[in-house]
Formats: sequence, structure tokens, C-alpha cells
Amino acid sequence: MYEFDFSFLSDYLPDLINGVWLTIGMTVASILPGFLLGTVVAVARLRGGPWAQRIATIYVEAIRNTPLIIQVFWLFFGLASLQVHVGSFAAAVIALVINVGAYTAEIMRAGFQTIPRGQLEAASCLSLSPFQSLVYIEVPQAVERVYPALVSQFVLMMLATSIMSQISAEELTGVAYMIQSFTFRGFEVYLVIAVLYLGLASLLRVVLLGIAEVSFPRRRRLRTPL
Amino acid sequence: MSGATHPMVRFHNLHKSYGRVEVLKGIDLEVAPGQVVALIGRSGSGKSTALRCVNGLERFQAGELHVCGHDLAAEKVDLRKLRQDVGIVFQSYNLFPHLTVEQNVTLAPRKVKGVGSAEARELAREVLAQVGLSDKVQSYPEELSGGQQQRVAIARSLAMHPRLMLFDEVTSALDPELTGEVLRAIERLASNGMTMMLVTHEMAFARSVADQVVFMHQGRVWETGPGDMLLDPQTAELRQFVGNGL
Amino acid sequence: MLGLTVQQIAYIFQGAGWTIVLSLLGFVGGTIFGLPLALARSARARWLRVISSGLVQFIQGVPLPVIMFVVYFGISIGGFEVPALVAAGLAMTLYAGAYLGEIWKGCIQAVPKTQWEAAECLALTKPQRFVHVILPQALRIAIPPTVGFLVQIVKNTSYAVVINFFDLTYSAKVINNSTFKPFTVFTIAALIYFAICFPMSVMARRFERKLHRN
Repeated sequence: MYEFDFSFLSDYLPDLINGVWLTIGMTVASILPGFLLGTVVAVARLRGGPWAQRIATIYVEAIRNTPLIIQVFWLFFGLASLQVHVGSFAAAVIALVINVGAYTAEIMRAGFQTIPRGQLEAASCLSLSPFQSLVYIEVPQAVERVYPALVSQFVLMMLATSIMSQISAEELTGVAYMIQSFTFRGFEVYLVIAVLYLGLASLLRVVLLGIAEVSFPRRRRLRTPL
Repeated sequence: MSGATHPMVRFHNLHKSYGRVEVLKGIDLEVAPGQVVALIGRSGSGKSTALRCVNGLERFQAGELHVCGHDLAAEKVDLRKLRQDVGIVFQSYNLFPHLTVEQNVTLAPRKVKGVGSAEARELAREVLAQVGLSDKVQSYPEELSGGQQQRVAIARSLAMHPRLMLFDEVTSALDPELTGEVLRAIERLASNGMTMMLVTHEMAFARSVADQVVFMHQGRVWETGPGDMLLDPQTAELRQFVGNGL
Repeated sequence: MLGLTVQQIAYIFQGAGWTIVLSLLGFVGGTIFGLPLALARSARARWLRVISSGLVQFIQGVPLPVIMFVVYFGISIGGFEVPALVAAGLAMTLYAGAYLGEIWKGCIQAVPKTQWEAAECLALTKPQRFVHVILPQALRIAIPPTVGFLVQIVKNTSYAVVINFFDLTYSAKVINNSTFKPFTVFTIAALIYFAICFPMSVMARRFERKLHRN
């Protein structure tokens, strides 16, 4: 009969905490740039010239139809072969931003498409420039509409950081691998790690919904659910 | 109105088509400063299209159109400049739902004209008072009735201090009991000397508020005259259009 | 060719074959696990809904590589020595089942309530109502998102690399280690993944448009 042994928890607690912090760090560093990249690409696909549209479409399709790991390897080992040395954290964040940007672009595109034409007409009739109309009228409304989808996307991105140990970033899953190789308690270690990720996923959800509470005062006031 | 002043809007033989369908077949029309011009006619008569040409929402193929000193037949028209002179209110209000009434009103003055936030707030108070909505400053559009939303839309236009205001069937989407408050707001503007062009189905209102009524039919100015012309139509088409509506 | 030997390229393609095998395993397993899950998620009985939704939330809140490890080490503590394919296939089953179950639950619920009522009026038994009235309609709605999820399955089999399952990602990694031509090797791998996934993405979109037209 197998006997469970969770004693590694106390021995490796500092490592686990470091792993959690690195996972959080990668996630937080990637969310805003990923969102901005996605929004720019969505605008390029909807409003750009023929070339901008083509490039944006190729980017989105290329990323969405290949695995993140391959993108990470391509970038990390590729840069290394060019003698460009970026740390694993930087490489991970760059890869995550490029990856999540493509998914965000599709979400934001859907969001922009729900905005009635009259809104754009009204903005332009008030002499707002196309850029001002985008920033003050379209982006806020689009984000509000697709916020739940964005939250899910960023939670998935957080979970995806778990493969960054493949380029020797010592995030949570990397730490788990290290612990199990010393303790031979793989099952217990990964069970604990699974629970930690569950906690992180809930935490991220709560934080992002809290941000929505602050950023969408209308929803708060009118009590409209997201 | 002295004859010496330049007209604020001057259409000359203006033609516009959508593909092969010609919707405006040579419009001639002048609006003097301070004048209120009502465009009436059946749907499809071209009245809304003509109005939308005035602030560049529609481009035309031939003829001339001068608005507040801007030549709209020119190769390149600075629409942002034009639209600082010409405000427009739509049938569907088009308020920005994510912004409060005050933010709706002050957004363009702050971002386009660089008005400071304290000054903008003062401005909002002023124009909202003009449409009788001083108490709704912090509301969101969806908390307001249709009539109130439309009055906010008017205030939003006014906040840019336009020289000319366009109204495109602004009461058509409203329940009958709500049209009165919007019409009264427009009337007040008229009596303050605002130059306006309005497309409307409210004949009684057109008659009472307009200095000039323009009846459009099949893409042409069919008959034009002072408000009372509606009581004594000269053409069969206008007679039929007015019917016994008055 | 491209600085790689024919054998090296063949090796990469061999990995691609196993990616397809694992994808199929994931889809079949995911269907077997996901269907009852979808039914449980939309069941009347509260306990069924609570348990199934807890399960789904657990699987969706944990990274797939971690699921791979849990299954891999979980099997080994039972004293079994199984190939990585079994562990990876089981993990893909859990993962795909949770997501497919959610997708299909949505499709079942998208069938208008009046259809249940109409079926009831025809004196059909409850299973009959489901099989003859609800299921055909739900299936039609389910096709586009299911095809779309196939793309996720194929891409996510790449996570099996963490338990050293020999697939396209693994074979590409091995060839890169021996040749150190990362751009060439991983571009080839990416193109193979793309060649598998892109047609399915296009199909999913086409089905989606067709569904919306009707």
C-alpha cells in the first residue's frame, strides 16, 4: 500500500514560494502588453490598410494554429543561436505576450464589432480624431463587452506559464520538477502544485474582476453583471 | 437679417447618387445666419441625405456646398474643423453609454478644444441647464428616458459652441408624450438665435418654429416658403403630403 | 536539405505521427468522458451538477502539464509501469473531456426550452425526448465549437513533452539538440502543426457561419 508523504512541503517551502512568485511575475508582466498588442492588431485587422490587415491576419493565424511550446522554443533557442542572450524570464514574457496578443486580438475584434455605427458617427461629428474615438469611445465599450472572455484568456495564459520550466525558468512547475527529483514524491508534489495553480487561477480571476469593478463605474452603479 | 450677410449654408445644384441611384437631383438652398430651416418630405425624398451632406457625413458628386466658410466640394475637406462649426443631433441619440451625462457633454470640448476640467464642468452645467437637465449631470444615459437622452445629445452638441445645428428626425424614435420636451428645447434654441436645419415629421412644429420650410420630393426642392405655406400648398404633391395633418 | 539530413527530417515527421495518435486518443477519450459530463452538468439532480462542475473547475484550473505529471506519477505509485502514451492519453482525456463537456453542456442548453415542452406534449418518455428531439438539435449547434476545440487538442498534445512522450515537439527538440538549428527545426515543426490545425480552424469558422445563416 502506498503511503503518502507530504513532508517535502516544509523542506522546500521557500522554493515553492519562489516558484509562485515567478509564475505571478510572468503573468502580471504579460497581461498589459499582451492586451495592448492584441488591441492594436484587432484595430489593424478592422481598419488598417491592405498590408496591415494581411500582416495582422498572418500573425493571428500563425500563433493560434501552433503550440505555445514551439513558439517558446523557436524564440528562446533561436535567439540563443543568434548569440542574443535573453534570460529565461524575459524570453518567457516575450513569448507569452506574442501568444496572448493573438488571442486577445480575436476577442477585441469581436468586441469592436458589437459597437453600433452610430457611436463612431457621433464621435466623429464631435470632431474627435479617429485615435481619440478609439481610445475614449470604442476601446472602453469593447473591453466592457468582452471582459469575461479576456479574463478567461489571461487565466489560461497564467496556466500556460507552467511550460516555461522547459526553458529553465524556475516557475512553479519547474520547482515541482526539482523537488520530485530530490524526493521521488512526484505524485504528492504535483497534487500540491495543482492545488496551488487552482488557487492562483481563482486569485487572478478575483483580481481581474476587482479591476473591472473599479474601471467600469457604470456597471457598478447600474448593477449590470459582466 | 440683412441681405449683406453671407448665407451660412449654400447648396448650389448639388447632385448625389448611391451607385446608379440619384438621390439628390440638383439642390439649391440657402440658410442665413439665425435662420431656422425645416426640411420636410416623404421618406426617400432626400431630406436626410441633404442634411447629412452639410457636415460631411455624406459626400456628393456634383454641385457646390458651402457651410460656415468651408467649401465641401473641395478635394480635401477638413472635417474636424467643419464639425467644430456644425453640430448634429441624431434620431437615435447616439450617446456614449459608458460615460455619464457630464462626461458625454465634456468629452469633445476637453479632448478637441483642450478645455480644462473645471471649465468643462462649468460648461456642462450651462448647456444642460439650457435643455432643462441640470439635475442629471451624474446619471448614465440608460438611466434616462428617451426624451432626456435626446436633450443630453442636444447639450452635447451645444457644448462645442457650434455656429450651426443640424437635427435629423430627432423625435422620430420617441414616444409621443416625450416629443414635446425635445421640441421645446429646440424652440428655446431657436429663440436664442441659433442657426438650424432640421429634418422633421412634426408639421405643426415645423410651421411654428421655422423661418423657412423646404418641401423635398424625389430628390428635389419641390416647394419652399415661410411656415404658413403648409396651410396653403401650391403644388399637388405638398397638398397630398400635408393632407389634413394640420 | 535545409541543413538537416533526410533521416532527421523523417524523425521529426515520425514525431508528428504520434502527435496525431495522441490527438485522436484525446478526442475519443474526451468524448467518452465529456458526454456524461455534459449530461451531468445539465442534469436535474443537484448533486450531479455540483460534482461534475467541481470536476470541470478543477481540471480547467490546473495547467495541462501538471495534469500530465499527476497522471504519470499517479499511475506509477500504483506500481504500474506504463508507456508515456498511456499517461499522456489519460491526461488528454481528462483535459479534453472537461472542455468538451462544457461546450456540449452549452449546446444542450442552447436548445430552446419550448422544445422540451413540445416533446413532453407528444407523450415521449424523458430519454426519448432527449434522443429524438434535443440531441439532434444540440449536435448541429455543437459541430463548430467541437471542431474548433480539436485545434486546441492538437496544439495541447505538445505539453506531453514534459513527461517525455515522443511527439512532434519532442522529436523537434531532440533534433535541435543534435543540430542546433533552432529556426529551421522549430519552423518545420510549427509548419506541420499549422498544416494540421489551420484547415480545422477554417472548417470550424465555415461551420459557424453556416449555422448562423440558418
